[in-house]
Amino acid sequence: MAILITEHTKVIVQGMSGRIGAFHAADMIKHGTNVVGGVTPGRGGETHLDRPLFNTVREAVEATGAEASLVFVPPPFAADAIMEAADAGIKTAVCVTDGIPSQDMMKVKRFLKRYPEKRKMRLVGPNCAGIISPGKGFMGIMPPHIYMPGRIGIVGRSGTLGYEAASQMKALGIGVSTSVGIGGDPINGSSFKDILQLFEADPETDAIMMIGEIGGPQEAEAAAYARDHMTKPVVAYIAGLSAPKGRKMGHAGAIISAFGESAQEKVEILEAAGITVAPNPSAMGETMARVLAKRQAA
Amino acid sequence: MDIHEYQAKEILARFGVPVPRGGLAYSPEQAGYRARELGGNAWVVKAQIHSGGRGAAGGVKLCRDEHEVSAFAATLFGKQLVTKQTDANGKGVYRLWVEAASDIAREMYLGFVLDRKSERIMIVASAHGGMEIEDLAETDPDSLRRMTIDPAVGLSEFQARELAFQLGLKGGQIAQMVTILKACYRAYRDLDAVMVEINPLVITGTGDLVALDAKMSFDTNALFRRPQVAELRDRSQEDPRESTAGDHGLSYVGLTGDIGCIINGAGLAMATMDMIKLAGGEPANFLDIGGGASPERVVKAFQTVLADRNVGVVLVNIFAGINRCDWVAEGVVQAYRQLGLTLPVVVRLAGTNVEEGKRIIETSGLPLISADTLAEAAAKAVSAKAA
Repeated sequence: MAILITEHTKVIVQGMSGRIGAFHAADMIKHGTNVVGGVTPGRGGETHLDRPLFNTVREAVEATGAEASLVFVPPPFAADAIMEAADAGIKTAVCVTDGIPSQDMMKVKRFLKRYPEKRKMRLVGPNCAGIISPGKGFMGIMPPHIYMPGRIGIVGRSGTLGYEAASQMKALGIGVSTSVGIGGDPINGSSFKDILQLFEADPETDAIMMIGEIGGPQEAEAAAYARDHMTKPVVAYIAGLSAPKGRKMGHAGAIISAFGESAQEKVEILEAAGITVAPNPSAMGETMARVLAKRQAA
Repeated sequence: MDIHEYQAKEILARFGVPVPRGGLAYSPEQAGYRARELGGNAWVVKAQIHSGGRGAAGGVKLCRDEHEVSAFAATLFGKQLVTKQTDANGKGVYRLWVEAASDIAREMYLGFVLDRKSERIMIVASAHGGMEIEDLAETDPDSLRRMTIDPAVGLSEFQARELAFQLGLKGGQIAQMVTILKACYRAYRDLDAVMVEINPLVITGTGDLVALDAKMSFDTNALFRRPQVAELRDRSQEDPRESTAGDHGLSYVGLTGDIGCIINGAGLAMATMDMIKLAGGEPANFLDIGGGASPERVVKAFQTVLADRNVGVVLVNIFAGINRCDWVAEGVVQAYRQLGLTLPVVVRLAGTNVEEGKRIIETSGLPLISADTLAEAAAKAVSAKAA
């Protein structure tokens, strides 16, 4: 099953005829993702990468039955594109775009709440690497060959640190069910907790690797959720132990501005909730291996 | 993006927040002239730098005559003011704000921030102001009042009124406070701010509310649609290394160690810094080269990192997804040759086009130190520095 995307998921790409959108859409198709079309306003009726282009997401959904959309739209227009996808009945949208104004995201989050639970769209990102179910399909910008199919879920803010975790586990023969990048922005579509919830319910995921960083309350929220509601083990790493307070470390959201937002404080909160924390970023794979071995022995 | 106090006051005044009368000065003479122009017999002279804690650092003074104003101004201009919020270099004082002194009966705190939990704009207020919010949160947490604003509706009149009563305001002050709250909210919303702070918001001897200090910070992602805000950027208040790096599409934060870092991705960059620290070293910087980095951008990254004279070794750590290892490797080789490097450079490449990248490094004939894993790269960088 994996989560969010399988080989059957019908995917459209908003912004597919753009340079970057086209490059990654082609890679997604090459690796077996079921890309059924693209949306570029004004280019409806044309084809791109042998797939039909549509003027609106609604037309694309009606013609192809698309359930998922990858949003590759520049920052000034990205929020609007996400809301268009939600309104057209898309179930899962992944937004890669970096640099969306935070008030636009505030508006998006408020907009998504207007739909009843049953037809509410799940947004992953923005400013993320995307999602991949190795061997099945992916939506995003990650290098698919570094992932080995398997039974560990990955959820993280950082794209490259997610790659690092996947390749450390691959080197130890541990594969991935789905890897989800939730993005480095202060306001994002899905939180750590939202994705943990999906992994907990997924019969093809045995354990979860969670990669957090400084800034924001989401790791603490996830820790409480894991403690109270999860049966599957969670291994975590928090980046930014050496980050100074009050400085933005690349990601718009990676800034220690309140109590409980430093890496050290987050590690303490996670450990108190029974989560195994990797002592350093090079030990993410071996920490997972150790937790799995202990689980098997029990 | 931060702006100066006087700019924040001008903006807030435009939206309807009462502020003291004042004037800007670029020289001691002009400061004296501003005092004369404002009239009265007491003025506050305030250094304009992008930092809080100016008072305690000697950047603010109440002056009783015009000569005192210009004499104090003369001591400030060109000075690097070190506050507890700046680094050891401080920030340069090139502008002063001269203000008619206010008669203060009571000080309050008022702030508007982006609350990441509710994903809304949040008002934080306290009946006790004048000290930093962090200190207030520690010493007097019960005095803090918080209120979130629904983005679809905006700040409601009843919310503003409620807050005004909670702060113990009375009579005409209630209406004044409602006006101030709505004005701050509109300024925040309409200009894509991420922070508006009035500290202190004072009640004067005559019972009126006035913003004695003001701070605003803006969402850099929204500057494309706020040209009037973008114009307020003051490069003299930025770390020149950071602003130059930003001009080249690099995200850079200067630190105090001696191992220069060139990484792709913010998370991996932070993790690499952590790894260096655990291996017994100290990172000199955070640097994210971003996605799709060309060899030229990699050379720029080297120049940025090496502008810091403390750097004794460079660690390049790339896990390429949207990047290409071969481009990065070419950039490393070009930088080494063009910049005539002699210091040790450790290179760890993984991901897209890694074989080609490694081949370029190995066949370059340069004494580059290769590493396969993050741990190995950090260990090699630390030992290369010691050697």
